Amino acid sequence: MAEDMRLMKGNEAIGEAAIRAGCDAYFGYPITPQNELTAYMAKNMLDRGRVFIQAEAEVSAMSMVYGAAAAGGRAMTSSSSPGISLKQEGISYACGADIPCVIVNVARAGPGLGGISPAQGDYFQATRGGGHGDYYHLVLAPKSVQEAADLSYEAFELAEKWRMPVMILADGLIGQMMEGVVLPPERDASRRPDRPWAAGGKATRGGSPGAPKPNNHLCSMILDPPALEASIKARYERYELIKAECARFEAVDTERAELVLVAYGTSARVCLGAMQKARERGIKLGLFRPISLWPFPSAEIRRLADAGKRFLAVEMSMGQMVEDVRLAANGAGSVDFFGRCGGIVPSEEEVLAFACKLLGRA
Amino acid sequence: MTERTFMAGFGGQGIISLGQLWVYCGMKEGLEVTFFPFYGAEKRGGIARASVVVSSEEIASPLVTSPDSCVVMSEDSLPICEGMARPGALILINSSLVKGRPARKDFRVVEVPCVELAEGIGDAKIANVVMMGALSEATGAVKLDHLEDVLKSFFPEAKHRYIPLNIRAIEAGARALR
Repeated sequence: MAEDMRLMKGNEAIGEAAIRAGCDAYFGYPITPQNELTAYMAKNMLDRGRVFIQAEAEVSAMSMVYGAAAAGGRAMTSSSSPGISLKQEGISYACGADIPCVIVNVARAGPGLGGISPAQGDYFQATRGGGHGDYYHLVLAPKSVQEAADLSYEAFELAEKWRMPVMILADGLIGQMMEGVVLPPERDASRRPDRPWAAGGKATRGGSPGAPKPNNHLCSMILDPPALEASIKARYERYELIKAECARFEAVDTERAELVLVAYGTSARVCLGAMQKARERGIKLGLFRPISLWPFPSAEIRRLADAGKRFLAVEMSMGQMVEDVRLAANGAGSVDFFGRCGGIVPSEEEVLAFACKLLGRA
Repeated sequence: MTERTFMAGFGGQGIISLGQLWVYCGMKEGLEVTFFPFYGAEKRGGIARASVVVSSEEIASPLVTSPDSCVVMSEDSLPICEGMARPGALILINSSLVKGRPARKDFRVVEVPCVELAEGIGDAKIANVVMMGALSEATGAVKLDHLEDVLKSFFPEAKHRYIPLNIRAIEAGARALR
């Protein structure tokens, strides 16, 4: 039976969903606007027999995640933009060693310390492999408290299935706002898939009792260039499978639209409001909302572009996702951009005004 | 039905609690709700602000930029609300503390002496809940029926002794508009 709807902050809903997904260990360091998530884990993880450590810094929190996950545990960290920059070393290492884990970025405005208000300026960092080396990892972008909980819950299994970190890219508004949420059920830890690759004692959990534990060594260092190249190429073959299987989006009225707004997370909510206002004035806007930012749902954009659609990307940045829209459209449809940055959330009215200007409508 | 409300007052007046309680009651009445407390590098005495939306449909932007109604709990909040409210918006003013009135004439202004009314039922601190009663009466967006059960699930058990006071505060706020 479904649980009752609860009123929760995005940050807290992410925490509770992670616990129910079987998060064994959380490591974090405080930063606004994601503090309620760390606080929620501090309050709830130990009571439920899990590990919570407030690390001495973001770098060590991410390294603790690496260690716990390499040992076969479900591990997670969270931070906000400047803290996520610090974690990039560990994220690159985890990607190089194929270690599954969950990283939550409740993003704020940058660059540098920037400000603490919501922003989407971390798109490039999140989707292009924000650390060093050739790699990608899954990035999922929720638009609501419910979706923040659902995607965080699912992230642990996606991470294990594809052997990579999964990032939840939210923003300060998603983290701070409260909405109704129906939480997913507690996962049964005894029915987890076997993890024969893991290093620690949990490697045999779910396997046959008494089976010899393999002496696994999880490391991103391969000093022989041909061997390193082969391992990267094998990973890129996996990326192609992920692109085919994991690209996710929501499309609203795109087929009939004169102009398709493309936006994720909070920006998509603003665009939905602009669409509703446009409808009252007889203007047909559509909304294409990428849910997976990597892999980016390029095929559907390309299909819409081939059908003659034009696009307006709307972001809380100076324009980052718009580059993926242009790459996907590949010259077939015109792509314009509207954005606010510095922690300012665009209003429904200004998005509508910009769309009207593009369409030559008063 | 969609009611977008912007609430503002000074820190300590219970703006955040007011917004949370409003959307919690809305959620229990089957509405879609969203509550966003503006956050910043705040200090004591700063302005507390909340964007609050209740709707019978999926809610678009959680950020209220053109409110249908404003709750003005302190003098400093009035110019902020006046600057953003849509034409025809409802402006609920805590007349116990706010002496100014909007210069714009395209609002429906309702004065509620929240602090006096709260004192009248025994506790000046509950002025925010008095205002919620007025907001419900004026907009009808959240009905606030079955209030006792809803408050029981909102407040932790240790605070249940304050529920009758909260109900009286809501009734006082609603009565002020009748």
